[in-house]
Amino acid sequence: MLQVNQSVLHAAGPRAASTEHLWWFAFIVAAVVYVLTVGALFWAIASARRREREGELRPEHAHDRMTSGVGAGIAASVVILLVFLGYDLSVARTRDPVPKQHPVTIEITGRQWFWDVTYADTSPHGRFTTANEIHIPVGQPVLFLLSSSDVIHSMWVPNLAGKKDLIPGYTQSLWFQADTPGVYRGQCAEFCGEQHAKMAMEIVAQPLTEYRRWVASQSGPGAPPADSVTKRGQEVFLTGTCAMCHSIGGTPAGSHVGPDLSHLASRRTIAAGSLPNTRGNLAGWIIDPQRIKPGAKMPPNMLEPKDLDALLTYLQSLK
Amino acid sequence: MSEQIVTSPLADLTTRPGLADEAELTELAVTWAPRPGFWGWLTSVDHKSIGKRYIVTSFIWFILAGLNAGLMRIQLSRPENGFMGPDRYNQVFTTHGTAMMFLFAVPVMTAFALYLVPLMVGARDLAYPRLNAFGYWVFLTGGLFLFISFYLNMGPNTGWFAYTPLSGPEFSPGKRVDVWAQVVTFTEIAGLVAAVEIVATIMKLRAPGMSLNRIPLYVWSVLVVSVMIIFAMPAVAMASTMMLAMDRLVATHFFNQAEGGDALLWQHMFWFFGHPEVYIMFIPGLGFISSIVETFTKRPVFGYPVMVLSMIVTGFVAFGLWVHHMFATPIPLLGRTFFTAASVLIALPTGAQIFCWIATIWSGRPRLATPMMFAIGFVVIFIIGGVTGVMIASVPFDLQVHDTYFIVAHFHYVILGGVVTPLFGACYLWFPKVTGRMLSERLGKWHFWLWFIGVNVTFFPMHILGLEGMPRRVYTYLPEMGWGNLNLLVSAGAVVVVASVAVFVINVLVSWRSGVVAGPDPWGGPTLEWAAASPPLPWNFHHVPVVEGRSPMWEEAGDLPIVEGLATHKREMLVTTALDAVPDSRHDLPEESIWPFIMAVAVAATFIPAIYTPWAYPAGLVIGVIAFAGWAWPRGRHPKHQVTAGRIPRTEPEPT
Repeated sequence: MLQVNQSVLHAAGPRAASTEHLWWFAFIVAAVVYVLTVGALFWAIASARRREREGELRPEHAHDRMTSGVGAGIAASVVILLVFLGYDLSVARTRDPVPKQHPVTIEITGRQWFWDVTYADTSPHGRFTTANEIHIPVGQPVLFLLSSSDVIHSMWVPNLAGKKDLIPGYTQSLWFQADTPGVYRGQCAEFCGEQHAKMAMEIVAQPLTEYRRWVASQSGPGAPPADSVTKRGQEVFLTGTCAMCHSIGGTPAGSHVGPDLSHLASRRTIAAGSLPNTRGNLAGWIIDPQRIKPGAKMPPNMLEPKDLDALLTYLQSLK
Repeated sequence: MSEQIVTSPLADLTTRPGLADEAELTELAVTWAPRPGFWGWLTSVDHKSIGKRYIVTSFIWFILAGLNAGLMRIQLSRPENGFMGPDRYNQVFTTHGTAMMFLFAVPVMTAFALYLVPLMVGARDLAYPRLNAFGYWVFLTGGLFLFISFYLNMGPNTGWFAYTPLSGPEFSPGKRVDVWAQVVTFTEIAGLVAAVEIVATIMKLRAPGMSLNRIPLYVWSVLVVSVMIIFAMPAVAMASTMMLAMDRLVATHFFNQAEGGDALLWQHMFWFFGHPEVYIMFIPGLGFISSIVETFTKRPVFGYPVMVLSMIVTGFVAFGLWVHHMFATPIPLLGRTFFTAASVLIALPTGAQIFCWIATIWSGRPRLATPMMFAIGFVVIFIIGGVTGVMIASVPFDLQVHDTYFIVAHFHYVILGGVVTPLFGACYLWFPKVTGRMLSERLGKWHFWLWFIGVNVTFFPMHILGLEGMPRRVYTYLPEMGWGNLNLLVSAGAVVVVASVAVFVINVLVSWRSGVVAGPDPWGGPTLEWAAASPPLPWNFHHVPVVEGRSPMWEEAGDLPIVEGLATHKREMLVTTALDAVPDSRHDLPEESIWPFIMAVAVAATFIPAIYTPWAYPAGLVIGVIAFAGWAWPRGRHPKHQVTAGRIPRTEPEPT
């Protein structure tokens, strides 16, 4: 089975790493505190019962010993809590502020139920839109500007950083950096309605040259139809219901209700990380999205087999 | 001070009529006689009768909401399971959370207090008995409304927290969220009136001599939470009844950012209530543990001032934590730091109390009866939830596990460990007081061990699932996520929890009919409720006891002073001063009345139709005014007393 990276305990970047260290520190301290407290409880029961067996009524100097015992417990708790608080604040203060140098800025808008992704390059023609799959260069901090156009969502890629909410009316910033190339899965973490469970994203962390190649391929319009089948497919797309919601660069389809499909064929998954991007899955999704994601905003599409075939060929040509 | 006391002389005095004045007793019996039959049940204002039905009702909601948890565990037991679709699943988890929080955890604690507090402070009844009856009927309405809606497939589906804008008119059309908002209205009304009654009872109706520093720790715990309820619940009642319901009914746009509202405002108002809510459930659990520990070690809990101050401090600091539910929202670092510090440090007072109990056990003579097993189980289970609570006070760590199964594990450890486990212990401790019969110890041990194993097997693996990236509130997950095996284990644990609760229910049903007869003081308890008969007579105590220490049943053995002179020909009780509990005045209690029930009908007739039309408010107001007039109408003297021989009715003005 494919190993999916979606874990707090396998950090692949500095933010997640320092949180992971904090977790292991807290876990060990907590385990010690737990064993000592529960141990004290059972020791107290055992020694009281032993005393009772031996006919002793009350331990000697009971009051003083209880006072010092409880006092020591409270004092130890204060120290442990303050140490933890200090460690925690040091992590929060060093890792939270966005680094001054962040070459890549990506705007993400949460939608029911997918991620609308725009690379906010300030150079002419540098800005482009995609969905659900985010490529980032390894070893560089990436800044995300998060908002929502419907309900509250939350972006969370545990291997890279903690989460941040996407709230309508607010723009929040989140940054992280991947140190190891790889695909890191993230999932919406704030309950956002019927398909909250199937609103995932993938972060593809690549060496800089590969990343640049990917950016170049995404920046242009969608591939124009090359043969009669893809031509027919484009026609089905533009004259059917698809174009009501989806956009493909270089065609009249420009609606932003659903995910941008300009380079659909280059993505690893469809339906916001729900299915691998294969011809069969794509066909099943187009015909009846409600079976895969009940409640999804996309309606079922009754297409002639020939039209469906042409549409699939066209969509698969959009590299 | 003797430690050998098992049944106190006071208990004899109050249960054996020969020692009290025969004529007085006959008259008390006439004065306090409950009305018979269904009408009597409908009109009862006795805190014991209402407390009992309150407890039973909230346990019914507990079982129904628990069955919902079972449905969730079936659905999640394997990846891509087709047992339920997302729409059904979202209703199931929303109803589970809403019922557990609003209909079980808080009300059951209130219900125990309504039953126990008058007995523990030596009073004849609760302050405002009719308000108490009203509160129960409103609470019942809320529960019925939620579950009937759920079973009719119109249950709320936006989570027990109902975040806007998801719960707003645009993204949740239909009436489901309105059901949720009005269930909250009903439960908050019930919670608020109960809190007011409890505060008044504890401040003004304590037995003479029970100064503030002699109040039983359990009574302190409910005093603290009742004050908390009075401050916390209006926030959510305002947010749901007024702002959310109005947004949905008449488009007020409080939470609609497109029209100048604010989506985050809801979260602040909800969690300003929601976080204190956790301590509102939890602090009475601490009170239960104190009662159990002192009863079963035969020692007063060590460090009384530390215990009381800890509960009060917890009550205060609980209001400074709510933002830790919102660390992923735009709150500046400095602001978050404040809430982190408060969330870390609130562990201290609870830790101090645990240390005090351990010291008490060490110096005492612990007897491992079932309630004590639950008290020990409480420490062992709860501390896991406590330490993870400190961890998630940390902003960076919380942002990793917030809204994941780690949090689900954390708060189930806190609530099942810190609320439900003490609650089960309390059931075994006070069942004999309420019913006159003991719960079976053998079934009790089975109950305990199944519970202990079930809770840990169910909830411990959830920590790992959360760390492995599994978010909350998902109706399914993909096979390649690798969460399948742990989820199956969790579901298996849930079966054990269900078995444990089933054993408890069987134990209660069997013991209620045919348990061993308990007598007034089966455990040799320290506090005044053990001086009353089991079950207590409608007037609780023949004579109001006088208290000279914190453990009157131990200290005053053989010679418990009493107050005489309270009228027996009418329902009268003694009012004492707030600090020192010096007798202050006498106060008449009302007779049975149907008006609380009618008032509750008026509330239901307002808020349920208000889901559909704003005209429900003026219509409901009319019924409410009629009910209020009936409630406040001056009453003549009860005819029962015309036949009472040997006593001339006094001609005092009737209380209003």
